This record gives sequence, structure tokens and C-alpha cells, in this order.
Amino acid sequence: MLEGILIGLEAAFSIQNLLMVIAGCLIGTFIGMLPGLGPMSIIAIMIPVAIGIGDAAAALILLAGVYYGAIFGGSTSSILLNAPGVAGTVATSFDGYPMARKGQAGKALTIAAVSSFAGGTIGAILLMIFAPALSSVALLFHSAEYFALMVVGLSAIAAFAGTGQVAKALMMTILGLILATVGEGALFNMPRFTMGLMDLQSGISFITLAMAMFALPEALFLVLNPARGAGQGDSGKIENLRFSREEGKAMAPVIGRQSLQGFFIGVLPGAGATIASFLGYAVERNIAKGEEQAEFGKGSVKGLAAPETANNAACTGSFVPLLTLGIPGSGTTAILLGALIALNVTPGPRLMVDTPEIFWAVIISMFIGNLVLLILNLPLIPYIAKILAIPRNYLIPFILFFTLMGAYIGQNNATELLILVGLGVMATIFRFADYPLAPLLIGFILGTMLEDNFSRSMQLYRGLSFILERPMTLGLLVLAAFLVLLPSFRARRARRRAEGVADGD
Amino acid sequence: MALDRWIALVFVAFCCVYGYAAFFTMDHLLPPFMQRNPVWPSTFPKMLAVAGVAVGLIVLLGVEGNKSEAEPSATDINYRNLGQYKVGQAAVLLGLMVAYALLLRPAGFLLATTGFLVAGSTVLGERKFHIMIPVALLATLGVWYLVQEVLGIFLRPFPFFLGN
Repeated sequence: MLEGILIGLEAAFSIQNLLMVIAGCLIGTFIGMLPGLGPMSIIAIMIPVAIGIGDAAAALILLAGVYYGAIFGGSTSSILLNAPGVAGTVATSFDGYPMARKGQAGKALTIAAVSSFAGGTIGAILLMIFAPALSSVALLFHSAEYFALMVVGLSAIAAFAGTGQVAKALMMTILGLILATVGEGALFNMPRFTMGLMDLQSGISFITLAMAMFALPEALFLVLNPARGAGQGDSGKIENLRFSREEGKAMAPVIGRQSLQGFFIGVLPGAGATIASFLGYAVERNIAKGEEQAEFGKGSVKGLAAPETANNAACTGSFVPLLTLGIPGSGTTAILLGALIALNVTPGPRLMVDTPEIFWAVIISMFIGNLVLLILNLPLIPYIAKILAIPRNYLIPFILFFTLMGAYIGQNNATELLILVGLGVMATIFRFADYPLAPLLIGFILGTMLEDNFSRSMQLYRGLSFILERPMTLGLLVLAAFLVLLPSFRARRARRRAEGVADGD
Repeated sequence: MALDRWIALVFVAFCCVYGYAAFFTMDHLLPPFMQRNPVWPSTFPKMLAVAGVAVGLIVLLGVEGNKSEAEPSATDINYRNLGQYKVGQAAVLLGLMVAYALLLRPAGFLLATTGFLVAGSTVLGERKFHIMIPVALLATLGVWYLVQEVLGIFLRPFPFFLGN
């Protein structure tokens, strides 16, 4: 591991990569602060730039920096405006906004930055410990297990979608998989479902899909409902960034607990930062005693530190399945996976063996990114927060333009823009009806790999017998079925119980 | 019927078309040597079509049970009273995006982009053209420089009749 760390340090501490981290964090914070633009949209917008750099390590470092910056920026708008840019920072606004209302905006931002830093750093240390171990296990996997593992991942994402949403999430996943079959596959060299159009021969570009699923509907929602993301009053002066020693002491155990909890929730596919932050908030509120518990929701230091630590630790945790198995657990890591593939890097257990410099450079850059956020971004926050004052008449055309540009640069094809608009309208309708969109993108990105691994195992075993002949594959597939069926089973039992109670009355 | 079920209905129909394509139109194109393969290009799409119809029907028939109606937040959009939102603006902006897609090659990047940015903000109600046009021009030039010179991706700046 030490050798790896040294390789990583060497790669990450080049001037170019340091600048990448700094630029990434700044850009991320800048855009992440805009209400409505979450890390997913920002990373999707930044991908053409990252691919343009050409060097995989540098590109990934830039994107990781953008990711961290975006989450930090999202917390900033949660605290200052009560307008969370990202679902993962909604819990931050529970206590951050009341604190800002009390005139302690500066302190709240510092607490958020410090707990994000701690969560991210502890998460990165855990990642350093767990990723190599997991990837050595993953090397034992064959294509049959990979196929099963991806099925498990996709089912888990659907299963975590929430009660009443599992079937919808599954539907979106299948739609993603279907979209992935358009174009020419690697295994068959035969165009499928292109409807005779040359432009579909190479399939739908994932950047286009990512833009259409996230950035475009957000922008349209901003247009449709001006109240969305509008700053409620001015954010006031941000001064006095310090917190007291007692508050620091109160935060420390919260940070310790939530980094661990957040990290492990982040590792689970589909759970991610949002669940981690809500769960972290709930756990800390239940643990807190008496007065401290009453303080939650009214500007509690602990209540702010818990979700901030947990969501950053979870973001780091979500890199574990990405880097070791090549399976993204969240929309954001799915976009990162797409970027990696575009850069000719295949994440997975071989990543550490074949290109250790990329793996370790990313991990080291996580530390640097967190540090940059703490020492560079925090003092700049009062200035960066001015971006919240940009009128939406200017903002929205620019957001739309950047989504168009992102899709165009990737393929240099104007038809791609029409596909973008079409898919964007579709995604907006899906959002009206409360369909989750991340499963669609994850399904799309995993689709090709899923089919390749499935076909390979079919060819190796001359049929479906691989399911029975490899116990681990069977076990994983059973687990997948269990994950999908469990939520509806539990919901049904709860409903029956509720009905029973009503009858008893 | 609620919107989510309409979507499920469309999805089921889509899966049927997709499944038809996979089951009945793909296999006869297959060269004979590939037909000995245990897995065909149409195998995975066939599975997806069947799974898609099944899941779509679950949503359509509401087998899973609906989640409790949560009160919509102020910033979220309730599609049932779509009329109170700025649908017109959104539609015009989408139209602008289509126009941009169609005009990007013939009109050149600089003209198309500046036009898009200015028209977009005009649609949204901006009337300070003396600010908007310079901002749009500067941004367009900046992005063009970045993409063309820094990233090295060719973008034709001028309309087709001015050469490239």
C-alpha cells in the first residue's frame, strides 16, 4: 500500500494535477452553489473538458475535485438560502439555515466545511484500506459473477428507491438497458435498433443522456417555476467564520461516528449521500440527550455536522464499488464511470494492477481536494456566494447552452443535439410523474457491460447452465431477486397490519 | 389515470414494439455460422422486452401499491396544474434549442450561439440588450476559444458561405 501511496503522491503532486484539483474544487463550488444544479449535472457538463485533457489521471482528478466542490457548494446554498442544490444536502439545511438566520452564517459554513473535510478525509482513509482488499477478492470473479453482480447492483438501486417506487425504478433501469442496446455492440458487430439511421450507429452517447436526464430537466424546472431556486431574501453578510472550542468538542464524536456510518452506507449501491445524510441526522438526534436534542432543527452544531460529515463520507464510499468492481452505485459515479471508459480506462479489479498511478492519484487527490476546499474555498465563500445574485434571465440560457455544448463536443454531431432535446423532454415528463432518473442512467451505462458479461458466460457454458454451475452466481442472482421483492413484501405486510388494526377498532 | 400510469402504458407499448423487433425482425439477418452461437444479438433484447412488459404492467396495474401522497413542496412542480407555470417559456426555449441544433453547422458557432443566448434571455423577459448582447458575445468568444484552441476540437466559427 505504501508503494501505491507514493505512486499516487508522485502523480497527484505534479503542478498540472494540483492545478486540476484546485480548478475542479473552485468550479464545483461555483456551479454547485447554483440551486438546481447538482453534482451530477456539473460533472456531466465538465466531462467534455475532462476528456479533452486526455490524461486519465488528470481528468479523474479534475472530476473528483468538481464532485467535492459541488457538494460543498450545495451545502453553502442550503445554509445561506435554504435552497439545497442537491438532495444530499437537504438535511444540512435543517440546522444550517436556522443558524444562518441567527446571524451565524459564517460559523455554519465553517462547521460544514470542517465536517465535510473530516468526513471526506476519513472516508478516503477507509477507501485506501478497503478498496485493495475488495479488489483482490474481485479478481476471483468471472464474467458470470460479474453479470450477477451487476444485476445485484441494479436491483439494489431499485430496492433503495423507496416504498412504492421500486417498480418505477426497475422500469427506468430496464429503459436504460434498452437504450444501451441501440447501436453496434462490441460482441456482435451488428447494428441493432438503429432504425437505419447512421447517426445511431454508434449508439446514444452517454454524455447526451446524462445531460438530458439531469441538467436539462433542472433547467426546464427553473424556467417553469421561478420560485424554484429563487433566493429568499439576501444572504446577509458572512463574517466571523470561527466556532468555539466547546462546539468543536461537541462535534468531534459526531464526526467520528458519521464518517464511518456514512462511508459504509455510501459503499452500498443505490444508497448514497442522500440516505447517509438523512440517516446520520436521525441517528445523531436520537443519540443526543435532553437539551441537545431539543436544539436539533433550531441551529444545532451537531445537527449540522452530522449530515455534512455523512454525505461527504458516503461520496467517498461510493468510489469503492466504482474503483474495485467497476460498478457505479450512484448516478454521479455512473457518470464518472462513463468518463473513465471514454478515457480508455476500465475501472475494476484490474485497475489497481494495470494502472496503479490512476487509482492512487485519485485517492491522494481526494485528500488534496478536501484540503483545498477547507483552506482555499472557505475564505473565498463570501465572494463566491455573489454568484447567487446572477439573474435567472442570464443564468438559464447559459445552463441550456452548456448542456448543448457538452453533448455537441462529445460527438461533433448536430443530430446529437436533437436527441438531447428529445430525451430531455422525456426526462422532464418522467420527473413530473415522480420517476427516478438515476436508475435509467446507471442501467444505460451498465447495459453494455451487463450484456457482454452475460453473452460471454453463455458462450463459455454453452447456455444458461452457468447459473447453476457457479454457486456464487446463483447466490448473487437470488440476492438480487430478494432485494427487489423485499420492499414490496414489507409494504404489503405493513398495509395488512394497518388494515387489521382498523378492523379491530 | 395518473400520469405515472400513462407513462407505464406507453412504456409497455414501447416494449412490445421493441420486443417485436427483437423477436421477429432481427434473427433472419443472422449469418448461419452465428446461429450456432448459444447467444444471439437478439437474446438480450428479448429478455429486456419481456422484463420491461412485466415491470411496466406492475406499475400500470398498481400492483405494488402507491406511496402515500406527500404534500408537494413549494419549489416542486405539480403537473396537475401545469397551467400556472411558465409552460410557454419552456416550450419556446426548447424550440430555440432545436433551432440551435439545426443552425449550428450552417450559421457557424459564433452567430448561432450569440443568437441563442440573446434570444433565450429575451424569452425569459430580459430587456437590457445593451448588457445582454456584449455578455453573450464575450461568453461565445470565450467558449469558442476554449474549445477550439485549448481543447483542440474544431468548431466552425463563421457561416458556411464565409469558408472555414
